[in-house]
Parts: sequence; structure tokens; C-alpha cells
Amino acid sequence: MISEQAKQRMRELAARYPVARSAVMPALYIAQAEEGYVSRAALEAVAEVLNMTVDDVESVATFYTMYYQRPPGKKVIKVCNSISCYLRGCDALVEQLERRLGIKRGETSPDGRYTLLTVECLASCGTAPVLQVNDAFVENLTPELVDRLVDQWEAEFQAEGQSQGRSPAGAGGC
Amino acid sequence: MPELIITKNIDVPGIDRLDVYRQHGGYEALEKALREYQPEEIVELVKKSGLRGRGGAGFPTGMKWGFLAKNEPRYLCCNCDESEPGTFKDRMLMEKNPHQLVEGVIITSYACRVSTAFIYVRGELAYAARQVQRAVDEAYAAGYIGKNILGSGYSLDVIVHRGAGAYICGEESALMESLEGRRGYPRLKPPFPAAVGLYGGPTVINNCETLSTVPAIVRNGADWYASFGTEKSKGTRIFCLSGHVKKPGNYELPLGTPLRTLIYDEQYGGGILGDKQLKAVIPGGSSTFILGADKIDTPLDFESVAAAGSMLGSGGVIVMHEDTCIVDAVLRMTEFYRDESCGKCTPCREGTYWLVQLLERIEHGHGKMSDINLLLDICDNISGKSFCPLGDAATSSITSSIKLFREEYEYHVREGCCMVGPKARKPVAAAL
Repeated sequence: MISEQAKQRMRELAARYPVARSAVMPALYIAQAEEGYVSRAALEAVAEVLNMTVDDVESVATFYTMYYQRPPGKKVIKVCNSISCYLRGCDALVEQLERRLGIKRGETSPDGRYTLLTVECLASCGTAPVLQVNDAFVENLTPELVDRLVDQWEAEFQAEGQSQGRSPAGAGGC
Repeated sequence: MPELIITKNIDVPGIDRLDVYRQHGGYEALEKALREYQPEEIVELVKKSGLRGRGGAGFPTGMKWGFLAKNEPRYLCCNCDESEPGTFKDRMLMEKNPHQLVEGVIITSYACRVSTAFIYVRGELAYAARQVQRAVDEAYAAGYIGKNILGSGYSLDVIVHRGAGAYICGEESALMESLEGRRGYPRLKPPFPAAVGLYGGPTVINNCETLSTVPAIVRNGADWYASFGTEKSKGTRIFCLSGHVKKPGNYELPLGTPLRTLIYDEQYGGGILGDKQLKAVIPGGSSTFILGADKIDTPLDFESVAAAGSMLGSGGVIVMHEDTCIVDAVLRMTEFYRDESCGKCTPCREGTYWLVQLLERIEHGHGKMSDINLLLDICDNISGKSFCPLGDAATSSITSSIKLFREEYEYHVREGCCMVGPKARKPVAAAL
């Protein structure tokens, strides 16, 4: 369910635009932040607030790559696959990430921790190769940096598991 | 080091904050514009400066503003949907010096009698969007945006709008569709946005770098700006240098600076990675034609790059050294256009998939010699026949690479592997 608070934020946004439906993209971001992806509830909430049909909202949501159609992992790792990152060796880094995370590109780990994606140009060609972890850029990637990143993510999940009084294995159960 | 205009203060600590921006002359141009110029006079000033759009097409900015229909309300869309492979200047301008952009947006809006301006920021650039939003908020609080700006009687609203992942939304009509809350499909032109644009009103659409240049022109004058660059390509621009160079990055240079200077000068690219030989350069982002190493002395201005057989485009200079398999590199660029085709028109939607299939089978050693001409034939049936320029863009690297490096394609077909690079077949002695 989308909270009333989120719907109120959508209404405020819609009021800023000359035409309310212009707010459909920011509204989808708000709904996705609550649900983790563009769920049926997210589509219905946006449609209700902006006075659109659910199909109409869905047609927008499915066009843009940043709205998730399924729940992604807690860390969504997007590795740039475009020409400048390719010239600076991104392919080997993607393979390294596949090995370390135990998933192929396009997949989400069964424990829900990671989604690994290859994406098109991230506008960081001068610091290629580059990846994004959720919204944060990591630039000038090297094999050593990728290893350090994965170690850091694992440590974060472990700490999170302990703080919740569960073992990391338990936290990662399918 | 030539004089810098747009990136002059880019590394000043805290320049992204209003107080520091003002300490370095920020918003003086806006005050001058409102105090000393009628809107039409600013349009004339920018026409006289010779500023041309920095997003890709290079259309004269003042002339574009002059085309706006007289009816109201009018809109301004600042295009910060930077997604062209090889281009990364707008991200820097937004993240590091967002007030310069916002000041440019306000002056342009005043010049074009716009009452609502939009800054459309590429979705993936979340930090850049936050920086621009904060600059807009600070500008509202300081009275630079809102009602009766600085007591001039002019009022403006600025809305920062974040995209959500679609290269096509950098195309101006698709950007407007997206802003109106729909899928980013390009619109049929004419009518052009200057006549019928956002919400049906006259609309001016300019790139982030273009609008970031406007404050300096108003502050220093048209003649000052026109003293940089060449006769037809005035001013400076940011060249985004990437690929096989020692020092990739953004470098602001006067238009007309030789490609060799950008790539080899120690102040800029510093030469080819690993001191290898230069093989090819893409001068204006992946949508432009590849140039061979023999074009290294081409001056980087609109006319000279066109004469050399390509386009200055978005200023994304991508360098490839001798170990680059051209088929693999072109495959990578074609995959981009396949993935980013919006799907509205058949030549682009179907053609880009077909191109990738053919390139894949050539690259992986299963191609036929006739595939090379088939690639050219498909390109001919996409270029100029698709709804928007994405189709043309998808074909540039293919046609130019076959023209320049046909023997590499033929080697792939004949030998079943790359001619150069890590996937080239090792000599038998080395394999033993």
C-alpha cells in the first residue's frame, strides 16, 4: 500500500506543473521508493492522484528503465557497458562481479541482496570504467576496487544481519 | 592555457553554493540583463556573440530564440538529459556549478519572455539533480526566481524534472512528451517547438552547456565572446575526452583547436594510453562518424570536422588505439542504439536489432562476406528513413568503420576471429 503521506507529496508535485499528469514520473519515483518497485499498488496510487487510468500510468512506467517491474535486490549494481567503459576494460569487471556475487548480469541473487545489471552510458566516460550502486557512482574502477567494494557490501550485510539478531545466512535465506 | 569561460570557476571550493557563486560574480549578469536590456536586446546580443547550441546540432542559439512564436504562455526546456556515449560535460556543470546553469536559465527565460522553465535532468544523475534543485531553491529564496525578480516586474517559475532512463528523451520533441507525462516518443516535425512545443505553447529548448554560457556573454559582451574560436564557430566548448588516452576528462578549449592538441598535449589528453599508435577517433559522441588517425590535425570546429567527414556533435571525443577491434567496438555502440531505440518507428526498432545480430555473428566468427554489404544496405534503409535522428545515429559508426576498416570486417569473416586486440588469434608459436 502507498501511504497517505506519499500521496500527499504526489499531489503537491502535481500542483507545481501546468498540467497534473506531468508529475507522473516524479510520482512513480515516490511510489517506487515505498514499494521497492512499481507494484500494482504503486500504479493505482499514481493513477488515483493524477486522475489517470492505471493502464496509462503503466505505459509510462514500462517505458523508462529506472522503474523496476519486479522487486530488485537491496543493492542494485549497474555497470556501464558503453563504448568508453568498454575501451577501458569493463567486460572483465562485469565477469569479476558475476563471480564474486554468484549471479549473472540481469539477475537478482536468491537472498535478495544484489541485482547485477549492465546499463548504457552513465555519463562518466572520463572516469571509465564506472558503476552505480543504487544512486551512487563508483568511478575509475579496477579489479582491486571491485574486490574491495564487494567485501564492503558483504560486511554491511553482515552488520545488518547481526543488528537484527540474525545470522547472515539466515538473512540471506531464499 | 587559453582563457576559460564555462569552466573558469568549476574547481572553486563551494562554488555550488549561492554565497560563493556570488563572491565570484554570480548573478551579476542577471542583474545587468534585467537592468540594462530589453528581452529582444538579449536575443540580439546572443545572436551577435555567435553562440551555437552545444547539445549536438550546433544551431545558432540567438536565431533559435528569435524564431519563437509570439503567443503565450511560452516555455523553456533546459536539456540536461545527457546520455550520449562519450559525453559527460553536463553532469560536471550540474554537479559542480549549478548556479551558473540556473542563472543562464533565468536570463534566457527573460530574453524569450518565458514564465515557466523546466530543467530536465537525466534520471541516472541523481546527485546532479539534487545539486540543481538546491541551486533553484537558493535562487528562489534570494529573489532571483519567483515573482517580480529583483524588482524588475519579471516573474518566472523554474521546475527541476528528473528523467527515468531513456536516451531518446534527449531528443527535443521526446523530451517534451516526457515532460508532459507520457512515453518519450519523438513527435513529428514540423511544427517545430518554437511554434508548437510544450503544452502546445512556443518553446525554446537548449542544452545545459549552451545555457551555462549565457551569463558570461551578458557579463562580458558579444564581441568578447566572438573573439574566441573561429569565424563561424565562435567561443569555447567543453570537449569530453575518453577512451585510450592517458588523461581522459573534460577540457574547455576555443573552437578550432586541433584534435592533435586535445589528444596529445600534456595539458590535456597527454597522449595515447600505453604510448600505442592512434587508430581512430570519434569526434562528437558515438552518434558521429568515426575518423581515421590521418585526421588528427583536424581543427575542432563545426565546419572543419564536417569537412573531415564527421560532426562535432556533443563534443564527446572517443579515442581508440591500435589494439582496438573495430568490429567489437562498433558492435558495442550498435547495442546502445538497439537498447535505446524507443520503438516508435519500424526502421529503427527492427533495423537496430538486425544490425546487432549481423555484427555479433561477424564478431564471433560466423559471418558471411555478404554480411558486410548487408550491414551497409540496412544502414541505408534506416538512415534518413526513421522518425527521429536516433536511426541516423545508429548507423554512423557502422558505415564509417566499414569505409575505413573494411579489411578488419573481412578478416573476421575469413579467419573467424579479431585481427587485433585481446580476442585476436595467438600465433601458433605463442600458443605452444
